[in-house]
Amino acid sequence: MERLTFDLATTPLRELNTFLHNDAKAGKTSHVTVLNPDGAHNIAVGLDCPIAVDVVGHAGYYAGGMNKSATVTITGSAGTGVGENMMSGKVHVKGFASNGAGASAHGGLLVIEGDAGLRCGISLKGGDIVVGGSVGSFSAFMAQAGRMVICGDAGDALGDSLYEAVLYVKGSVKSLGADAQYEPMSEADIAAVASLLDQAGLDHDPKSFKRIASKRSLYHWNADANQEY
Amino acid sequence: METKPVQFKNLSREESYGYDRKTLDYIRNAAAHGLYEIRGMGAKRKLPNFDDLVFLGASMSRYPLEGYREKCITKTLLGTRFAKKPIELEIPITIAGMSFGALSANVKESLGLAATEMGTSTTTGDGGMTPEERRSSKTLIYQCLPSRYGFNPDDVRKADAIEVVIGQGAKPGGGGMLLGQKVNPRVAKMRTLPEGVDQRSACRHPDWTGPDDLAIKIQELREITDWEKPIYVKVGATRTFNDVKLAVHSGADVVVVDGMQGGTAATQTCFIEHVGIPTLAAVRQAVNALEDLDMKGKVQLIVSGGIRTGADVAKALAMGADAVAIGQGVLVALGCNGETYFQNGAHHDAIADYNTLGTAPGFCHHCHTGKCPVGITTQDAILEQRLSPAVGAKHLKNYLKTLNMELTTIARACGKQNVHHLEPEDLVALTIEAAAMAGVPLAGTNWIPGRGF
Repeated sequence: MERLTFDLATTPLRELNTFLHNDAKAGKTSHVTVLNPDGAHNIAVGLDCPIAVDVVGHAGYYAGGMNKSATVTITGSAGTGVGENMMSGKVHVKGFASNGAGASAHGGLLVIEGDAGLRCGISLKGGDIVVGGSVGSFSAFMAQAGRMVICGDAGDALGDSLYEAVLYVKGSVKSLGADAQYEPMSEADIAAVASLLDQAGLDHDPKSFKRIASKRSLYHWNADANQEY
Repeated sequence: METKPVQFKNLSREESYGYDRKTLDYIRNAAAHGLYEIRGMGAKRKLPNFDDLVFLGASMSRYPLEGYREKCITKTLLGTRFAKKPIELEIPITIAGMSFGALSANVKESLGLAATEMGTSTTTGDGGMTPEERRSSKTLIYQCLPSRYGFNPDDVRKADAIEVVIGQGAKPGGGGMLLGQKVNPRVAKMRTLPEGVDQRSACRHPDWTGPDDLAIKIQELREITDWEKPIYVKVGATRTFNDVKLAVHSGADVVVVDGMQGGTAATQTCFIEHVGIPTLAAVRQAVNALEDLDMKGKVQLIVSGGIRTGADVAKALAMGADAVAIGQGVLVALGCNGETYFQNGAHHDAIADYNTLGTAPGFCHHCHTGKCPVGITTQDAILEQRLSPAVGAKHLKNYLKTLNMELTTIARACGKQNVHHLEPEDLVALTIEAAAMAGVPLAGTNWIPGRGF
């Protein structure tokens, strides 16, 4: 099938996204290359078919946002909210990512080869995130489900108010957030990390990661106080 | 010799203004539990509201329309600024966002059925869109909330408009709450939470932090929906003048302003009663902001928070709103705080169930417990059967019909062929506070406090 190229230096973004929502979904092509993204916001958002989109350069906010089924690859860096609310498929950032990467993702895999900014994986709801570098403070804040693999270090308050998401960190953690705790790595954890690293194409020893999950002490309000709700 | 203390009958039983029985009760409760009170509904305290305004009906200087015969248009268009498919409603009275979770699936279906029959819209809530709701409601507004519970692109595509919720009047600056009793298996699954947890929603959106970011977020939602659907932005009323301006700057098609009388399914009482401004004050500030930007009529304004009657609707419209949204009034129409519920063709007494909650019909604000005696704010398999979608829809349709008739009655009396022609000039205030907040003259004077004589 024909491989199509959209040059954002000459084509409006709206034309690209409309094509991806309609013509691409109808099967007109299985591979789209986006040239000269030049930090444009909202590239390849709301995709709903198993298409491959290569963004050659840097993307602005929300690249690959709310993705379903598609594989979006960004050869440069990505702005705030890359892969936010992804349902399935894959968003792969070869460079760095800004704040809120993978926010509230329900499924799919987000790979960031470089570092990610603040609040990476905030409100995560079932997606997987693999970060080759380090993540900023408040990452995995209120993360509900899904997994995060951090090959570098983490900033302050990692996993604050975690629900059922599980975090794996190789490097140092500046501080854990409220209700987050270290837990022993089981064989299943090691296998999970190995599989996620493999899918991300990153080479690390899965046994060198630490597991962080919720203490579950914030699940109920002041449960000792015999409160009459 | 023994002396007795002198007794003064009235002075010795004087209740303190500052430490009245309610305050004593509050302190004792705090001392006993070490946790703030959480409850449902909106502010209960006395606030300046639409009752403090009256209309100047037509007389010698204005010409009225015949109350029953002459045409009075109620059609309402929302989202005309950027969206290819604006929302077209038959009446300017919409159903406010209330979550499946806070309300039972039956109630959500009732809302959809009644709204569809009346030609108006319903709104999802924190917790996502249910198939029942989408099926029953012809025009469904899909909320994008800080928690993003159940938020997904398929439902974005199924929605008729998207409402980005920054805050709500009952708790501007706070996130939602759903206590464990209501987090049943279905609710838990929709929200990706463990069953039975005391759910606290985030108060900030996860992927943007200010109005400049929001502009990009709104653009994302537009790109995803190919610029078809209107984008609403909902704010709780606080610094309304600035907030409305920033919402317009961010690219909103419609701004929803929710005053402090607006309800909630569960929030700290201190939050409900002490944060935010009354709806009356918020409407004026919102309209001023739109006029200041020359966006009146281009960006539509929906007002909510304590709209109960057709007169309230008419006053909100006269002050400059394009439509209103109703939450608590809708629940009351369905039977909230009623003495009985209607099941299997007969009324059944619910008073004992109110008593179990420590309350009585007329005072109940126990939505947070999930034990609603009339089956509205519950996820309990038995209680939710106390309201059937068809019975609820019938009552709600009657309520909306009544409000609309009252609205057009007032509009005709003011000589308006279209309810959207009602204007501030048609209103005066009964109190100085209301005159100052609403920006209309005190009745019998041309004095608007703060604007000189």
